[in-house]
Amino acid sequence: MSKMMYREAVLSTIVEEMERDPNVVVLGEDVVGGMGTAGGPEAIGGIWSTSVGLFGKFGGDRVIDTPISESAIMGAAAGLALSGKRPVAELMFADFIGVSLDQIWNQLAKFRYMFGGKTKCPAVIRMAYGAGYNAAAQHSQAVHQILTGMPGLKVVMPTTPGDVKGLLRTAIRDDDPVIFLEHKALYGVKGEVSDDKDFMIPFGHARLSRAGQDVTIVSTGLLLGFCEAVADKLAAEGIGCDVIDLRTTSPLDEEAILDSVEVTGRLVVVDEATPRCSLATDICALVAEKAFASLKAPPLGVNPPHTPVPFARELETAYLPSIGKIEAAVRKVLSYR
Amino acid sequence: MQLSREALLRAYRQMKLIREFEERLHIDIQTGEIAGFTHLYCGQEAVAVGVCEHLSVEDKIVSTHRGHGHCLAKGCDVDGMMAEIWGSREGLCKGKGGSMHIADVDKGMLGANGIVGAGAPIAVGAGISCKIDGKGHVAIGFSGDGACNQGTTFEAMNMAVVTKAACIFVFENNHYSEHTGFEYAVGTNKDIASRAEAFGMKVWRGDGTDFFSVFETMREVLDYVRVPGNGPAAVEFDTERFFGHFEGDPQRYRGPGELDRIRETRDCLKKFRQSVTEAKLLTGEDIDAVDADVMEAIETAVAKAKAADRPTAEDVLTDVYISY
Repeated sequence: MSKMMYREAVLSTIVEEMERDPNVVVLGEDVVGGMGTAGGPEAIGGIWSTSVGLFGKFGGDRVIDTPISESAIMGAAAGLALSGKRPVAELMFADFIGVSLDQIWNQLAKFRYMFGGKTKCPAVIRMAYGAGYNAAAQHSQAVHQILTGMPGLKVVMPTTPGDVKGLLRTAIRDDDPVIFLEHKALYGVKGEVSDDKDFMIPFGHARLSRAGQDVTIVSTGLLLGFCEAVADKLAAEGIGCDVIDLRTTSPLDEEAILDSVEVTGRLVVVDEATPRCSLATDICALVAEKAFASLKAPPLGVNPPHTPVPFARELETAYLPSIGKIEAAVRKVLSYR
Repeated sequence: MQLSREALLRAYRQMKLIREFEERLHIDIQTGEIAGFTHLYCGQEAVAVGVCEHLSVEDKIVSTHRGHGHCLAKGCDVDGMMAEIWGSREGLCKGKGGSMHIADVDKGMLGANGIVGAGAPIAVGAGISCKIDGKGHVAIGFSGDGACNQGTTFEAMNMAVVTKAACIFVFENNHYSEHTGFEYAVGTNKDIASRAEAFGMKVWRGDGTDFFSVFETMREVLDYVRVPGNGPAAVEFDTERFFGHFEGDPQRYRGPGELDRIRETRDCLKKFRQSVTEAKLLTGEDIDAVDADVMEAIETAVAKAKAADRPTAEDVLTDVYISY
């Protein structure tokens, strides 16, 4: 095991997979960062430092710095994937799915089905998402609630550097299109990472990060840490929480959620997406439908409000689910009847 | 360069196959037996065939909603295509794609596409792949005068130039984007190729109703793009659409006598027959024999499509993912 940051886990996995398989290619805006400049060709290595050194190591054929043309990036990834390559495309901010959604939704996601199952589309679309940096309404959003609802896509939301390693490797080797969502606020977080260059975490297998008998808390990404803090605080009071890190929202590990709720009878889903048609509503509905008899309290979602992400520090703090809001929700389901 | 007799017969057969495939669909759609939206390529055959007769299975094409011609020209199975359009389980896409989504990736046919303008970026990706492989293969993105106005097409052209993708943008100007004339909708002085030129590409223009014009133009374009390092190119073919935007389109936008006129003076099949018989490269009998052969192939394809297995409710659930 080694200790490294979330962003380092992204980069090192890409390097290892590019060394292993010559068909893996990287493309995106500023992934080299400095093409056509006096300080270039590589002055940046990606604005999240997740492609530093790739250009020097693998060259311009496999590390493709693109113009600011998100539709063309996603479309090029689609064309590369249909032509036998394994593109790892970076969408600088997840919010930019807005300008490239056709290529993701109508093209990548649907090729296999529309073509009668006679093709594969091994594309990975990496995108940085999430609030916490006062980047306001167009650079802070969680978009998993949109993409999870799209048949044909797999959606991955790693929380820890160790999971980044195992899940990104699985994504790159997967023959279906995978959306890989990296939380901006986690890039600098350090954690234990496997040194095994074939270490893979299968999709659809949640991770139990805290174990308890009284409440099930489901989350992933930045907010998972908040849930753990709540669980640790309540443990001191003798209240036990199962904290489930979903890792992937599509496929969804229904079994892990249902098995836990059958024991605890109480569910809180903590979700960075806005509340309507969200991961929280989806999982609450799942539990209501399939574990109704186990429930001791109505399932509860903790989401931001139905507003765009605001700018000012006070506003963004008020917008995001917090440790306090999660704790209040957990106490609410505990105190029901 | 003079084409061999075999090459001439093959090119004519491909064009005739597309023509009769479409003419038969036009009839069968009116019976109500074929579901969904169908956009016929009839009239533009010289473009698809004049382009694809140069290509190998390693070369890729990306097509449009008006894609039957491109598919047939690139070698998609005629029975499989007819069965697909009839929604059969034995269709090329098991009845899951239909007219607008026919693909055969193993043949280098990366899909028709229901979204106007979506194909060009995909062709750039395929062209980057060809560039990486360095074997002189190319990717062709077909677009119409409608798709040339989409931002995706502009992004794709710039990206192709920047990345030196081995990619060719083939613009088929059939004068109508859906129901709107190109003289209204294409702002650059009614000209598409000049846009590609402005993006930094070498461009060509040709007569899309004349197989020999398309074929000879494409020879030059391909000679250029197949050279590693040259990057992309574009070509605009002026052509005609003999039917409406979709089947059932009343075509109220056409001028008096327009359809009769273009069928009379701008029919690529008539022009081909005339030029090869006048030059004594083929006889009328040679061409009549191909016609008869094609008619039989279409009859067979329709009969097979009608008799083919229908998909079942269980088939809805398969082919979404390889594994999930």
